[in-house]
Amino acid sequence: MADDKFDAIVVGAGPAGSACAYVLAREGKNVLLVERGDAAGSKNVSGGRLYTYALEMIEPGMYKRAPLQRKIVREQIMLLDEHAATTIDYFNPSFAENVPQSYSVVRAKLDEWFASEVEAKGGTLASGILVDGLIEENDKIVGIRAGEEEMRSDVVVAADGINSLLGRKAGLFSDLEGCAVGVGIKETIELPDSVISARFAVKDDEGVARVAIGCTDGISGGAFLYTNKGSISLGIVFNPVQAAKQGRHIQEILQDFKMHPAILALIEGGTTIEYGAHLVPEVGYRGIPQRLYREGMVVIGDAARFGINTGLIIRGMDLAMVSGLAAAQAILQAESTEAVGPLYIDKLEELMLLGEERAFQNFHQIFEIPHVFREVPKLANEAMQFLFTVDGKVPTPMVHGLMNVVKNNMSLGQILADGWKAYRSL
Amino acid sequence: MSIKRLSPEESLAMDKFSVDEGKPHIIVDKTICATCTDRACLVVCPARLYRLKDNQISFEFAGCLECGTCRVMCSAGGVTSWNYPRASFGVTYRTS
Repeated sequence: MADDKFDAIVVGAGPAGSACAYVLAREGKNVLLVERGDAAGSKNVSGGRLYTYALEMIEPGMYKRAPLQRKIVREQIMLLDEHAATTIDYFNPSFAENVPQSYSVVRAKLDEWFASEVEAKGGTLASGILVDGLIEENDKIVGIRAGEEEMRSDVVVAADGINSLLGRKAGLFSDLEGCAVGVGIKETIELPDSVISARFAVKDDEGVARVAIGCTDGISGGAFLYTNKGSISLGIVFNPVQAAKQGRHIQEILQDFKMHPAILALIEGGTTIEYGAHLVPEVGYRGIPQRLYREGMVVIGDAARFGINTGLIIRGMDLAMVSGLAAAQAILQAESTEAVGPLYIDKLEELMLLGEERAFQNFHQIFEIPHVFREVPKLANEAMQFLFTVDGKVPTPMVHGLMNVVKNNMSLGQILADGWKAYRSL
Repeated sequence: MSIKRLSPEESLAMDKFSVDEGKPHIIVDKTICATCTDRACLVVCPARLYRLKDNQISFEFAGCLECGTCRVMCSAGGVTSWNYPRASFGVTYRTS
């Protein structure tokens, strides 16, 4: 490690931090990447799926070197009630063509690889170091503290994740609000690769991303399933405020979901090998702090609360990487440390991250619609049951029967109110 | 082993932990917790490390998944200090 100060110290070797450090190191900057885990990725949890365009923005073709899992060619939406399940399966092999649109990922592998890429470009990786403070001089951030040690740099890049201690210590923003996050929990379930391919009807390098509702005891939230190489990631993200009011422990609700016959059939014979938890930013653009920089410091990735969740598309890692790229470009182009922060925001606009966030800024309101998480999926399944039941009796006329299903679950007023709210959100 | 319903303890037994004995990274003040009526921690801590014993909140830091949910959801302020474990301690994820 150099005695002198670094051009940049990046705190956190997740997708945001490594993207930033990689670009800086590649362009010849003297960069230190600090990671609290013994290896990058060892403290990280995600669903997870990575949209490939972000790696392509950092360096075309880079994704080919990355330890990615399966190319996602099936997008599935599952509606569950207690007994039954309705699944919409959208298969599109063109998602796997050229640069495949997205891959399932395992963070322990992805993050460790990305940090090693930083080292290959000449960056210094210091893992197993917990940064616990900032050095401030003349109202400017000039370095970090880790225990007794002090390390100095022109710019500190806080990529320290959703709980960003550094962002709070720098006075940039206050702590997260419960209503602005989701608490995600997941099991990694080991299964032979050939079994996964057969059960999900995909080729060996292709995979499935599934979202599910109706499995959260009515709590705002949803489940996810991703097929990896030799494992399946299965989890649920809950709105913690609603979960707290509801009273059943969230780990128990995940067990119910896992044991639902429609899910169990997919994972049977497998072995749970890990249980993880993580907070996710859940309100998109409205959750992004007003201040993401001060002189000598910028905040990127989850720490900056970048996230897009449309219910169908859940994004975080790609936005993290793009924000890391934006910070790197700002650091490379700024003529003074004072100019880095404003330029970083310009770069976030230029790389369209903020534009994308704005485009989805009302989407989180969908998750506040009361009946989406219990009544709607139940209604869908009962409608299916009505449509597919043959029992030798004279059936109720179609329209009448379907209307009965609807009335059993929701009032007309509720449907109109929910529909209006959904329309307004989109 | 096949797929089965796991208790919180069984879920945590899947994970690799290195416990910083005697040095909790999260400090919980039970006298403040005694005044709390929400007690969200009992439900939202993914590791279920907050428990009710004789109507008192008890907290065990070993097994913490370092997610931050308890801090964010603590309404009475019983979580008086929340930090990550010291370097090389805490959870080590291998497949998440």
